[in-house]
Amino acid sequence: MHATRSKKPPRVGDAPAIRRTLIAITLLLGALLILAPLLVIAVQAFSEGWKVFAAAIAHPDTLSAILLTVVTALIAVPINTAFGVAAAWSITKFDFPLRRLLLVVTEIPFSISPIVAGVAYLFVYGLQGLFGPLLDAYGIKILFALPGIVLASMFVTAPFVARELIPLMQAQGRDLEEAATSLGASGWRTFLSVTLPNIRWAMLYGIILCNARVMGEFGAVSVVSGNIRGQTNTLPLHIELLYHDYQTTGAFAAAFILTLLAVVTIIAKVALERRGAGRRRRAPIVTPAPEVAK
Amino acid sequence: MRRNVLPGLRLSLGVTLFYVGLIVVLPLAALVFKAASLGPADYWAIVSSPRAVATYRVTVLCALAATVFNLFFGLALAWVLTRYRFPGWRFVDALVDLPFALPTAVAGIALTALFSANGWFGAALAPLGIKVAYTPLGIMIAMIFTSLPFIVRTVQPVLEDLDPALEEAAQSLGGSDWTIFRKVILPLLKPALLAGLSLSFARSLGEFGAIIFIAGNKPFETEITALLIFIRLEEYDYQAAAAIASVLLITAFSMLALTNFMQARALRYTARG
Repeated sequence: MHATRSKKPPRVGDAPAIRRTLIAITLLLGALLILAPLLVIAVQAFSEGWKVFAAAIAHPDTLSAILLTVVTALIAVPINTAFGVAAAWSITKFDFPLRRLLLVVTEIPFSISPIVAGVAYLFVYGLQGLFGPLLDAYGIKILFALPGIVLASMFVTAPFVARELIPLMQAQGRDLEEAATSLGASGWRTFLSVTLPNIRWAMLYGIILCNARVMGEFGAVSVVSGNIRGQTNTLPLHIELLYHDYQTTGAFAAAFILTLLAVVTIIAKVALERRGAGRRRRAPIVTPAPEVAK
Repeated sequence: MRRNVLPGLRLSLGVTLFYVGLIVVLPLAALVFKAASLGPADYWAIVSSPRAVATYRVTVLCALAATVFNLFFGLALAWVLTRYRFPGWRFVDALVDLPFALPTAVAGIALTALFSANGWFGAALAPLGIKVAYTPLGIMIAMIFTSLPFIVRTVQPVLEDLDPALEEAAQSLGGSDWTIFRKVILPLLKPALLAGLSLSFARSLGEFGAIIFIAGNKPFETEITALLIFIRLEEYDYQAAAAIASVLLITAFSMLALTNFMQARALRYTARG
């Protein structure tokens, strides 16, 4: 068609005018919407100087909120990881009826408002719930205490590890594990020395995202925690409490810590994506593992 | 079917079913049970009360507006991040995940600080007569922030895998950039866009932490449904909380079904051979 055509036509949208306009618009909006909130936290946290910031962090209530948040993550994240591995192993290594349904149910927490999750837990373990009266009779406290906070956190993060492992293990198939088993390796041995090395980065990726969400969860935890200062206040709840107390600097100091967590999470995420974990996967999400005839 | 020699089905499936049952299914079933125990007349009276209906309106309208904004902005970001290379694109690419990594309460107070009357943006917008904090506009901004990564991250991989030959063919037929974008590229992005839209919309409907700080929370004006549930709980009106929560739950399930349907459709085209 075109006599003057050189090597390759520029791709769609590569004209300098379009390119520059699109980059300029997205960068501007990105700076206003994403970067500015990040900056404002740092500015507000240090608005009264380093000393006030340090004092706000060192306040016993803030320290106990940090401690509670860390303890919650230390319990919820490993349990969640074990569940994620078990779910991925059963869903990808075996064929059983309703496999697809199980996968969908595992992902439900992603679509549910954290408030709804919190309310749902109230109706299981609260006094007006299913087990509440029974638990109360035995003096076991689940709601408005650490177990409730951990349970609610486990609900909102249930799919995090499984979701990373399932597509990967689906794509890797079953051949390696079958070879190991047929050579006489036990189930655990097969998992530890054959499967685990292949999935470790994806697993770590899921763990990091899970941890960030557990430490930052607000809605679900605020329903089940009871907000007792110095006792059942996680860091995000403590931020709200300080903020509504007009202790703005304290609130932003606490928020700054969680922002650091978010930044570290993103850096770790990028590092793991370079090792092939995460969203750059090519495998479709749910297809049966290919059955290679031998 | 081939015989499966792998061990661990009982253990892994047992752990999975126990966890899913205890952590996910049991609480949701308890909530549905509680809401159902109200009886149709009482249930309807609660979920259709004027204050509840006002929260649905605010939540749905703001979520729609935020999702439409994110459709354009998210698509533009995904396009810029896959098609163009400029200094710092890696930084921008990583930054897109910030709304997912940043706790919602932190996002909430940060956005409020920016948009309140004496904040960086609030002070700049005030002379123009635009109020963001404590208005529905603030709710929209919070929803835009928390749901932004969905569309970028669903569209980006598809855009990366797009076969350049398709565009070249269209170019050789004399199509303009805009025509090729509309007639060739956009249809290929549609499944991913729809899935991203539905995730983004569902997230906006359920968002709580980021919104309550910036919303002002005035009944009938800037009160979202999730907050009304919370208020009913604080009033010890557990039945009303259960009923309104069940409305959000039903909406979430409908959105989930829609997303899965669209993903299945998307796979029909992408998972070949």
